[in-house]
Amino acid sequence: MSGKTLKIPIKRRDFIRRSVHTVVGLTIGGIGGILFSKSSSEEMVWQLDPNICIQCEKCSVNCVLPHSAVKCVHSYSMCGYCDLCSGYLQPGARVRDTGAESQLCPSGAIKRTFVEDPYFEYTIDEKLCIGCGKCAKGCNSFGNGSLYLQNRHDRCLNCNQCSIARRCPSQAWKRVPASQPYILKGDESNKFLKS
Amino acid sequence: MIQSRIHRGKIFIFAFLFVFPLFCMSQVPERFPKPDFQTDYTRPDLLTPTPRATALEYIDIFVLVAALSLASYFAHKQRSRRNIFLLMVFSLAYFGFFRKGCVCSIGAIQNVSYVVFNPAYAIPLTVIVFFILPLVFTLFYGRTFCAAVCPLGAIQDAVVLKPTQVPSRLENVLGVLPYIYLGLAVLFAATGAGFIICQYDPFIGFFRFGADFNMVILGMSMLLLGTVVARPYCRYLCPYGVLLNWLSRLSKKHVRITPDECNNCRLCEESCPFGAIKKPDEDVPLETKQVDVKRLAVLFIVLPVVLLGSGWVGSRLYAPLSRGHATVSLAEEILLENSGKRTEMTNATKAFRASGKPTEELFAEANSIQHNFKVGGWIVGGFIGLVLCLKLIGLFMRKRQIEYDVDKGKCLSCGRCFAYCPYEQVRLGIITPEEADKMGSREVKPKQFRA
Ligand code: SF4
Ligand code: SF4
Ligand code: SF4
Ligand code: SF4
Repeated sequence: MSGKTLKIPIKRRDFIRRSVHTVVGLTIGGIGGILFSKSSSEEMVWQLDPNICIQCEKCSVNCVLPHSAVKCVHSYSMCGYCDLCSGYLQPGARVRDTGAESQLCPSGAIKRTFVEDPYFEYTIDEKLCIGCGKCAKGCNSFGNGSLYLQNRHDRCLNCNQCSIARRCPSQAWKRVPASQPYILKGDESNKFLKS
Repeated sequence: MIQSRIHRGKIFIFAFLFVFPLFCMSQVPERFPKPDFQTDYTRPDLLTPTPRATALEYIDIFVLVAALSLASYFAHKQRSRRNIFLLMVFSLAYFGFFRKGCVCSIGAIQNVSYVVFNPAYAIPLTVIVFFILPLVFTLFYGRTFCAAVCPLGAIQDAVVLKPTQVPSRLENVLGVLPYIYLGLAVLFAATGAGFIICQYDPFIGFFRFGADFNMVILGMSMLLLGTVVARPYCRYLCPYGVLLNWLSRLSKKHVRITPDECNNCRLCEESCPFGAIKKPDEDVPLETKQVDVKRLAVLFIVLPVVLLGSGWVGSRLYAPLSRGHATVSLAEEILLENSGKRTEMTNATKAFRASGKPTEELFAEANSIQHNFKVGGWIVGGFIGLVLCLKLIGLFMRKRQIEYDVDKGKCLSCGRCFAYCPYEQVRLGIITPEEADKMGSREVKPKQFRA
């Protein structure tokens, strides 16, 4: 055996090994402890702030789901129930009919129902909505801004890194606590106010 | 005259470009009064479906603990490749396809780095557990997490068809990549630029049956490559694998190829698809040993130089790296537009200008982020330099190897090599001890079986 002199005796090597093992174990424990002290038992989920969103249409195509988790929602408390809804009708649509060609929504997801003269109620069929935000843009530009986009948590997978968030040009996405998973407009925002 | 008209026109365009969007995008005023309904119409409720319940997250934790315990039991006590394989399939189904690959231990590195530098972020309990537990198990039992629990490892393991051995030089070079990836991932997460491990996860698209085109191509080629180079992501990219590698070397217990004593029959030599089996050294003459000591001394002298050098390179890379942060890239676009080098506004700059935030504030933010990238670049660069040096030192300071054994850092405890050992076959009652001893001296192929 040529390298005998370089060899550390087995016992001492064992001792070193064991001490390193303990030290590393304690370090991991320590890191774990620090992390636990900063943790919350609650999950964080992704949501977009409708007050920052510019309705760029990226939400509809950048979600990892084939059909985006982002849908349009409607704040009834803010809505003017207009006959001439700028979120429902194409700009410049001369006839206020409900034909597909005069609707703003590419998938016909907005349902218009007569309430009483001169008011109309607009509801969104989430199964049809693709989250493009065209209606929200219309409503935001010329109406009360009662139509807006939200990440719907019955569909969202809650990816560790939301693939829309990093492509959002207005940086509207953030992590929010799971108990307050929506950022709502109008009176509905009271729903998740901290008591 | 003409000049001033042009000037006026410019002002008008300016006003139109900046003030108009400002007007329509700032908090929308109530343009139409809320109606007073005469009929008994009541406003519908806005439905807000809740996220997945936290209770279900605890099920994930439970499954993780159970899977890790079982994996260690199968590898150490049963030494059963078949059971490890079955557990791996289960993990692939549960953590991969059912839980859609999120959150995983690999990605959790980023949440941990993020919370250290952004105290406002409350890191969820599940993420901590997914980060810490596999590390703890590895410190005690080796990388059994990789063998049967990690969904990314599992999907690659499932396609290992005709593994070839990677030349050791190439292996050494490629082996540096995970350290670089780890450094960058921590840097990006810590500075708040984003989670690149998640962004460039090649397999997540398979778990979700959908991803963007480039990622699908990347995932496909990774799996295709994985048929001949076993688990390429695990060996040459996985940043969590770096941590597991370190801890596995210190592990209290680690799987061994033979349940008994190695008699250097060489039967297991080629059995590991991951190149994790260490062969016994041929006797090294004394002179080379002394040469090695000399080289070692030289290495210790150049070490600080390498450290500083790579740290410097890392910090110099701040400009391209920091562009990965949305705030920095936005600030650069605004700068381009303000200096007139670009006339067309992007969505991002439009949104920023509409928000009414002062440009100075944005620039100050961007500057401080760039500063963080510079400091972080020093650290990450230094870290990579250190790794390079340690790798070189490791090449010269190899412990004497007298038998076939697993390389504790690289071995994933998958159990493939066990059955190649004749003494394992004795343990299983397939052959008698006498036959096993003979196999050592003669080059006889044992009865082989694989799970
Ligand atoms: S990507 Fe951002 S700005 Fe674009 S629609 Fe979604 S939230 Fe709005
Ligand atoms: S977290 Fe994932 S599933 Fe949810 S909106 Fe973002 S990309 Fe889509
Ligand atoms: S090396 Fe990384 S990707 Fe591979 S099994 Fe281990 S943790 Fe998973
Ligand atoms: S258990 Fe054996 S075959 Fe599997 S990784 Fe370790 S050395 Fe390689």
